[in-house]
Amino acid sequence: MTKISAWPLLIMAAILCIPASQAADDIVVYSARKEHLIKPLFDAYTEKTGVNITYITDKAGPLLARIKAEGANTPADMLMTVDAGNLWQAANEDILASVDSPVLDKHIPAHLRDPDNRWFGLSIRARTIVYSTERVKDGELVSYEGLADPSWKGRLCLRTSKKVYNQSLVAMMIARLGEEKTEQIVRGWVDNLATPPFSNDTKAMQAVAAGQCDATIVNTYYYGRLLRKEPDTKLAIFWPNQSGNGVHVNISGAGVTKHARHSEAAIKLLEWLSSTEAQNMYASLNMEYPVNTAVAADPYVAGWGDFVSDTTNLGKAGELQARAVMLMDRAGYK
Amino acid sequence: MAAAQPSGGAGAAQASASSARNFLAYRWQLISLPIAGLVLVPLLVIFSGWLNPETETWRHLAETVLGELIVNTLVLLLGVGAGVLMLGVGLAWLTSMCRFPGRRFFDWALMLPLALPAYVLAFVFIGLFDFSGPVQGTLREWFGPRGYWFPEVRSTGGVILVMVLVLYPYVYMLARTAFLTQGRGTLDAARMLGLGPWGAFFRVALPMARPAIAAGTALALMETLADFGTVAVFNYDTFTTAIYKAWFGLFNLQAAAQLASLLLLFVAMTLLLERRARGRSRYAEGSRGGQPHRIHLTGWHAGLATGAATLVFSAAFLLPMLQLLAWAWDIVRAELDARYLDLLLNTLMLGISAAFVTVTGALLLAFARRYQRDALTGAAVNIATLGYALPGSVLAVGIMLTLTGVDNFLQSVARGFGFDASGPVLTGTIAALLLAYLVRFLAVAFGPIDSTLGRIRDSLPEAARILGATPREVLTRVFLPLLSPGILTAILLVTVDVMKEMPATLLLRPFGWDTLAVRIYELTSEGEWERAALPAITLVMAGLLPVLLLVIRSARSANVAGRAERT
Repeated sequence: MTKISAWPLLIMAAILCIPASQAADDIVVYSARKEHLIKPLFDAYTEKTGVNITYITDKAGPLLARIKAEGANTPADMLMTVDAGNLWQAANEDILASVDSPVLDKHIPAHLRDPDNRWFGLSIRARTIVYSTERVKDGELVSYEGLADPSWKGRLCLRTSKKVYNQSLVAMMIARLGEEKTEQIVRGWVDNLATPPFSNDTKAMQAVAAGQCDATIVNTYYYGRLLRKEPDTKLAIFWPNQSGNGVHVNISGAGVTKHARHSEAAIKLLEWLSSTEAQNMYASLNMEYPVNTAVAADPYVAGWGDFVSDTTNLGKAGELQARAVMLMDRAGYK
Repeated sequence: MAAAQPSGGAGAAQASASSARNFLAYRWQLISLPIAGLVLVPLLVIFSGWLNPETETWRHLAETVLGELIVNTLVLLLGVGAGVLMLGVGLAWLTSMCRFPGRRFFDWALMLPLALPAYVLAFVFIGLFDFSGPVQGTLREWFGPRGYWFPEVRSTGGVILVMVLVLYPYVYMLARTAFLTQGRGTLDAARMLGLGPWGAFFRVALPMARPAIAAGTALALMETLADFGTVAVFNYDTFTTAIYKAWFGLFNLQAAAQLASLLLLFVAMTLLLERRARGRSRYAEGSRGGQPHRIHLTGWHAGLATGAATLVFSAAFLLPMLQLLAWAWDIVRAELDARYLDLLLNTLMLGISAAFVTVTGALLLAFARRYQRDALTGAAVNIATLGYALPGSVLAVGIMLTLTGVDNFLQSVARGFGFDASGPVLTGTIAALLLAYLVRFLAVAFGPIDSTLGRIRDSLPEAARILGATPREVLTRVFLPLLSPGILTAILLVTVDVMKEMPATLLLRPFGWDTLAVRIYELTSEGEWERAALPAITLVMAGLLPVLLLVIRSARSANVAGRAERT
């Protein structure tokens, strides 16, 4: 026993020597967007400019808590998330700096960034209706609200209300229709459910394809992924609310932290991410839509058709998220 | 310090024995209190959420979902508790005490489900058996859309089944160790006194294994309470759901911390009650060691035993592995690259070094409680083993807040001395990760070690001292050999648990430093479960290594233990 006991100590010593920190002039990103969607962009940026980018990935909640706890000592220069709600919350907790950049103002439409310039959308994620081409007749689908109609009884599948995408959708409905009306609609959805809510969008679409229900609400890139793998699936996209406010969109986006050590470098990176050069890659890596209107969507994605999208400022999604969650709890939407 | 006082009427032998105890007792509080402190500080950080009471969130939860969540949680605990007891104890008895076809294989194979993260099994199960899955798809082809009956997979029964299949190995491994170290003397005596095999099981073996079984069940139930991934895949709402809802949905980390601290209180109370109920009874081993006479199962008994073991092994391991392999097959050429070697090495290195740190900590705690039976040490030990009951992300944030607190302090001190303090000192180092794992997994290491230690009679080390052994020799030649089955079980459990761990690894790891669990997170966070099959399989393979180690060593240590007891 005594003979081998030195080994673990040696190993431990070796491990503890693994360098903890990054080089002093690297840009540091805390990202809730997953690695294989950001790394190709970061690599391209490093190749172009010679600026290194180090990052860690995690859920937005823990990353936000960490930046807040680290305070003025935070190594983070930039926070990236995959929804507007968490960016709004980061701004609300005062960990993001206001960035004045004509480049960002030009590249990114006003409703996809913070009115006070603390966060910016970098790709659009449209949340729309996907339906069975076998069982849904023309004219049956109109809007998100329409899915609450009794004619949809037993025909609807939904993802859980615990996913932020649905929380944002309902928050934006509250912004548009008020709390009372929205609650009626959500109750209607729950009454129409064919089966308890699913844990993810893909499962909900597979249930539609298998005949368990006739329509569901999903982000388009999940539809793209499913159809690429199983092109024969009898599902199609419907763009709702086209004569009204338009399709609900969310963003993935980023902001520069208040105590960033490399604030200027981080702003440059942000500007580049919104540029024509980067936007193509940023959006098409995950079959999302670019925010920069000068850039066309990936041809495969563009094939799903043009649509009118909601232009309410996405800050509302964060501001009203807690109320949306409470509303869905009251309505029994799990 | 009751243990240090010589007991009345001290003869020479007793005086010598108590001085041996005295020596060993010397430093225990100095050791147990700091370890408990490491766990206590992050827990206190979480409890400090109460400094800002959140009435609105509480009122909302109480008015809407809280009642249902509590009922759901209790149902889940009951179901999982009953299930892991039945499977864990039953299978451990079969493989360690009986003889049936395939026993030697199942003896270790039944530990393998441990290496599979619970949420992965959940996803595979739903994928295969839900309405849109291949099984029901085939049924629909044969019998038409309404022509067959199939149980609802995304249901209370489904989530209980999956959690039992993933968590029973905790009970199985601890009970197995207990049965194997019971030795044959006790059981032979019971049989000679007229008990049948069942009587010997229920009236002798089972009561004697109670501390081990209780420890295993407690681990399984703590993991059930803390679980978020599995219940999320089933969309089955438990108390943990409320914690995450408050945090991620309502943006209220304070309320989440308050809910989490209630969960912790509940666990602490339950553990206390169990220890009370067990009372002062001691479970010392009463006989010489050696392998027991196995009960030779024949005919349909043997068939039933093999059948049950096969069924559990297939459902909990074989089936999910085949599904993962099928998924991985499609993507392996596109995804498998040199990075996987790094991921594998990082994962193994973390798992093994965390096991070393954590098991050492647990050993010290277990000895502290044995040799210092005062309230303070007892409380320290109880606190030190609470980390496992908290949802991973909440504990991770508690630890992160503690570490950044220290970092911020160090940085301000450094600046005070005129240094340019850039970047954190602790956060984002491997040392911080190991500390986090220690806090989270002490309970996992403590359970098997403490239940094994409890079976060593005081007379053994005392006799060794009388015969002239130094305290060090008592440790290395009496305790460690007798403890080795428990230590090995602890090493295996912690290694595998650390390799699967996600929230603390994600939040506290060094920049650009990934593990297999991190890779699984990256892929599953946006629903790409099929692509996650590759890191998941690699993770299971990594988990096989410590299992093999345990199998090899436990075969050898059975002999060593036998020799040591005869010394």
